[in-house]
Amino acid sequence: MNYFIGTDLGSTTSKSIVMDENERIVGRGLTNTRSNYEVATKVAEQEALIGARFTFLGEELRHELNLSEERINDLIEKHEFLFRYEHYYDNVVLLHEKMEEEIESAPSSEKKELKNIVQEIFVELEKNAFDYYQEAGKDKSTFFRDLIGAQYMKLAEQANTYFETMMSMFDKSIMIVENHMPEINIEKLGRKSLDKLFQIEQLEQLKSKVDKAFQIASTRKINIACKVGTGYGRLRLPYPKDQIQSEILCHGLGAHYMFPNTRTVLDIGGQDTKAIQVDENGIVTSFQMNDRCAAGTGRFLGYVADELNLGLQELGPLSLQSKKLVKISSTCTVFSTIEIRDRLSLGERREDIVAGLHKAIVKRAMSLLARSGGIYNEFTFSGGVAKNQAIIKYVKEMVEENYGDLTINVSGDSIFTGAAGAALFARKRTMTSKEEG
Amino acid sequence: MDNSKSEQHFGKDEAMLKEKELNVAYEKKIQNAKAEGKKLCYTLVPGNLVELLHCFDIVPVFPEILGLQMGLRRDARSFIEGGENAGYSEDVCSYVKSSVGMLLNNNIGSGGKKIPKPDFLFYINSQCFTFMKWFEILRKSYDCPTVAIHLPYNHHGKTTENELKYGVDQIKNVVIPQLEKISGKKFDLEELKERLALSRQMEQELAWCYESAKHRPSPVDGMFQFLYYVGPINTYYRGTQEGVDFYKTVRKTIEERIAAKQGPATPFGRMDEQKYRIVMDCGITWDHFRDYNKIFFDEKAVIVAATYTKVSGTYDQGNFHDPDRPFESLIESNMTNYCNLTIPDKTNLMEKYIKEFEADGFLIGSIKSCKSFSAGMLTMLRELENRTGLPGGFFELDMMDARYYSDSNIRNRLESYFRMVDERKKEGIK
Repeated sequence: MNYFIGTDLGSTTSKSIVMDENERIVGRGLTNTRSNYEVATKVAEQEALIGARFTFLGEELRHELNLSEERINDLIEKHEFLFRYEHYYDNVVLLHEKMEEEIESAPSSEKKELKNIVQEIFVELEKNAFDYYQEAGKDKSTFFRDLIGAQYMKLAEQANTYFETMMSMFDKSIMIVENHMPEINIEKLGRKSLDKLFQIEQLEQLKSKVDKAFQIASTRKINIACKVGTGYGRLRLPYPKDQIQSEILCHGLGAHYMFPNTRTVLDIGGQDTKAIQVDENGIVTSFQMNDRCAAGTGRFLGYVADELNLGLQELGPLSLQSKKLVKISSTCTVFSTIEIRDRLSLGERREDIVAGLHKAIVKRAMSLLARSGGIYNEFTFSGGVAKNQAIIKYVKEMVEENYGDLTINVSGDSIFTGAAGAALFARKRTMTSKEEG
Repeated sequence: MDNSKSEQHFGKDEAMLKEKELNVAYEKKIQNAKAEGKKLCYTLVPGNLVELLHCFDIVPVFPEILGLQMGLRRDARSFIEGGENAGYSEDVCSYVKSSVGMLLNNNIGSGGKKIPKPDFLFYINSQCFTFMKWFEILRKSYDCPTVAIHLPYNHHGKTTENELKYGVDQIKNVVIPQLEKISGKKFDLEELKERLALSRQMEQELAWCYESAKHRPSPVDGMFQFLYYVGPINTYYRGTQEGVDFYKTVRKTIEERIAAKQGPATPFGRMDEQKYRIVMDCGITWDHFRDYNKIFFDEKAVIVAATYTKVSGTYDQGNFHDPDRPFESLIESNMTNYCNLTIPDKTNLMEKYIKEFEADGFLIGSIKSCKSFSAGMLTMLRELENRTGLPGGFFELDMMDARYYSDSNIRNRLESYFRMVDERKKEGIK
């Protein structure tokens, strides 16, 4: 069996998909895009390949054990969680090391004090790592930087006068950790997490069968026949030029893959917004992209979150609390931040302002959709912003208002739409050349 | 190293090099006009009567050409900002703002060259309704007379008898008497006819050159190379023997390329391999001309027909000047330039180009600061997609304001467009 990798190197996140010859997705990888694109790509690919191992493990376990499907899925989920925790923990240790190294460049009068603070912080971080990860690490789209960053900041705040220094040291060290390509030994880490799973779930009686399944799944050959890359940073992907594909085409094909009756696709990513029309084969027939500014993109939401001192993930839920939406006239990133302050000073509620901003983004997207030729049944909404429930709510409302009762698809996997399209192009490329020759 | 005559150096063929020579000579004519006792007239590329001006020894100066030179030399920004600092809004035509910027810079234009002030202004409003306001500003600043012709929008796809009479009356009763007064020279109808005969020859040669893009490979790029080729006909040289000689040279270089099965000369090398044949509506940027051209070169996409090169007249549609109908044909030529056409007529012309030049698709490049060109473009896009079944692409830029040009954005859009064409070809969709 051949496998194919599709990678979507976006401005905010990098996504990879591992797909088999039968167009089945066997692994998904997601990481934050960092300054070193090559590492971001490799991490996303590696994550997807790890995902593939767990898919294989599920298959083996179904074969080996006489357990319900639900129980098997539960075991896989737990095992994967523990596996990722081990990797998280390794990164905490690596960050600690890098912080220690950073101290060396501090003025000698401060070294001792900084060393003590770092030591205290990391004793705390390492001691509570599992509890913390259990609480905060469930959402796979929360990246190491954000996970550790939130906790680190709380602890660093206690360092009073050294807070700024500690944060600057953190910024430098986290960059090094992120841009360092982690060598993950799947067998070793998998085995370690499996042992933990046996303990927690008291599975000792199944050990030999699970061990066997794991052995097969972790060593099964994954022959990657072709990789295709796409996304904002596609030209920087370490792939040959002819294995780079346009984002528009990948999103069109990816949406068609997820929802075969799709005719119109709206993708709102970190950097741009795309309105795409596809035919019955997922081939793009027409498209429009946003202008040369961040207005109406995920990046715009990022600025809004910063302005309100909120996390990006908090915006949607906050917006849904709105009782009286505030009409925001501008989606210009600069103007809107001024408008936010203005509205706050007038006593408007944060949730109402944020709801207004969400609606303004959707209005802009609707205009782009109209420019691309309108919306046809079925309509698929994808991209990182399609994770925001408030945006989804307004998209649904406005599509219905303007185009009537259409089928609107939003996949939980929508962030992988472009990567899925890229994997399909990789598959198509290999299968076509096979057929031809 | 390619030693063929048709590609001499710096990616320019013999005709493109000749165009440069003519342009340098024309700049000298502008600089020397006053010393030679000639009057200078500021006028416009798509709305002028250059042949008539020649009859009075008047040297035309084109503010849009001065503007595009600023763009090509990458110093447009300071002139545009000069216009904006004077109070003109960011979305006002960048040619207008750069012209105001130059005016406020003591008439020192691109490359630090001082441009002599005009003795008078002449414009025809066809193509762009901003012309009138623009020249009102210039009139006030240069404090000189303005001669103008008003022509209606071309509602009927052709010039009607009434429209013709309306225009001809203005030439005879308003323009000629004023030009006689300004220049002190008597109008000579025979000279105008001779000049128009020369223009006709230029236009006929040029029409042949446009048509040559039907060959495979196309020996010309209807946009990037033709922007050089149309230089002389769009400026001083209409109605001159030098102009006729130039277009014979253009034709000769194209004939040589056809015989040798060669593609057009580009700054990046000759483009013999042509993967896509594209028809382009507008889509011009002077400021990033080379980067923009490179995207098409990299994609092996040749523009087989373009509308931007038809702004001074749709000669390729047989709209030639006619010495036997001198005044009428002057009016007709201005009535039928591309931007004076209705949106349905522009759409029809684009469709004709797409079909006759056997294009693989078409692109529509909207100009941020040009409403005249950009209005109705999305309607055209949809209509052309429906009529031809071919993939259309839409993007936005500005003719000279670098703030509206993002290379990565344009490249991203165009690359996506060409990949869409590829996929549709692969799937056997037309």
